[in-house]
Amino acid sequence: MYAVRLWSVRNARLLERVYDLFEPALVRLHPLLRRIGYDRLEKPMEVVERSVKGLLFDCQMCGRCALSSTGMSCPMNCPKSLRNGPCGGVRLNGHCEVKPEMKCVWVQAWEGSRRMDEGDKILECQKPVDHSLKGTSAWLRRTRELVEPAAEPVKKAAS
Amino acid sequence: MTGQLESVLRRGDFALTAETTPPDAGTAAPVVARVACLKGLADAVNVTDGAGARAHMSALAAAAVLAKNGIEPVMQMTLRDRNRLALQADLMGAGALDVRNILCLRGDDVTAGDQPEAKAVFDIDTLTLVRTARAMRDDGLLPAGRKVEPRLRMFIGVADTPLEPKPGWRPDGLLAKLAAGADFVQTQYCFDVGLLRRYLAALADHGVPDNVFLIIGIGPIASARAARWMNDNLFGVSVPAPIVERLEKAADPRAESIRICVELMQEIAEIPGVAGAHLMAPRAEEAIAEAIDASGLLSRRKAA
Repeated sequence: MYAVRLWSVRNARLLERVYDLFEPALVRLHPLLRRIGYDRLEKPMEVVERSVKGLLFDCQMCGRCALSSTGMSCPMNCPKSLRNGPCGGVRLNGHCEVKPEMKCVWVQAWEGSRRMDEGDKILECQKPVDHSLKGTSAWLRRTRELVEPAAEPVKKAAS
Repeated sequence: MTGQLESVLRRGDFALTAETTPPDAGTAAPVVARVACLKGLADAVNVTDGAGARAHMSALAAAAVLAKNGIEPVMQMTLRDRNRLALQADLMGAGALDVRNILCLRGDDVTAGDQPEAKAVFDIDTLTLVRTARAMRDDGLLPAGRKVEPRLRMFIGVADTPLEPKPGWRPDGLLAKLAAGADFVQTQYCFDVGLLRRYLAALADHGVPDNVFLIIGIGPIASARAARWMNDNLFGVSVPAPIVERLEKAADPRAESIRICVELMQEIAEIPGVAGAHLMAPRAEEAIAEAIDASGLLSRRKAA
């Protein structure tokens, strides 16, 4: 929801702190998660993640969450899906070129990032979207990658 | 001017087309090097478009290189990598670069290739691409209603897979492609002549051969192993056991594969309703050239 999305950017610091508690909690739960099975958890976690992040960020479930680096403004809501900053079409009032009624996702991202402790992560270059991860849980993937750093990113759970 | 492929087909001569996959290269020389052997033998050479969902030199560029070097290209166009705007733009660009034939294909999904994380486009379907190309040619119009002036000149092809026809079967997919505006059809490999005859009989029941040029896919099969791989992995392709056996037993599998291909070409050329043969052999353009030469089919032609 657009209004909630704007709230999230205004409260980027709060959400950053919440996430800073949430991520280590998931990592601590890793033995349990592994016992239940990440593949088996994929579907329920995806539903939870979609609901929570859908409400807060209009999350599109790209599968590779960038919110911590983008001021809690989801770049997948950019009509051009830009992952590394705004296009040249931002209006003078900071609104989107394609959807004039919407504030530019990246103008929002910059504002949100200025409120965050680790806001300068916005300056790091994001890799292109891996479209094979679409619709999967970024939380579970992130947890696994933190616990079991593999050479390859964790792909879609086997179905 | 009408292209070589279209002229040969319209005259009623047996057409011979080949296929090449553009190299991973930053210059034109390797493109020419691969297909030079087909010059004067193949009426046209298909240029694949991101075959196997991998990036190779663009089909449009490679087709233009062929055209410039006196080898008529059939530019394959898949729908995986370009939206409708890019496809329409490339159709006009192909026209500008003397590409006179296209083959409209859906294309392998990105998951089949070496960058499965890529975005698959599939903005429009094959029928829409055929319809678009035909409208740009016959009506001189883009889908948005703007004029194409001068009009596009393009001989429009589609693909098909010969399958065992069940009783009462209708070639609905192919009929839809013809209705959309296909001029010619190039098929998937068909090494089973008996099946091909039954398939063509079923198509004839629906008037297909009278309304479109049917070019049947065959080719020299590199080895018995390759034949088995095709049987296991290519949808609709079955290499009959006697052919696999011949390849297995041959002292020189390459020569044997060309002999088998020549026999098939000669046999297929006699089947009513078949307008030509499309020879495919990955990275083996030389073998295709030898097969065309050995078939003697070119010497049987009417004077142009």
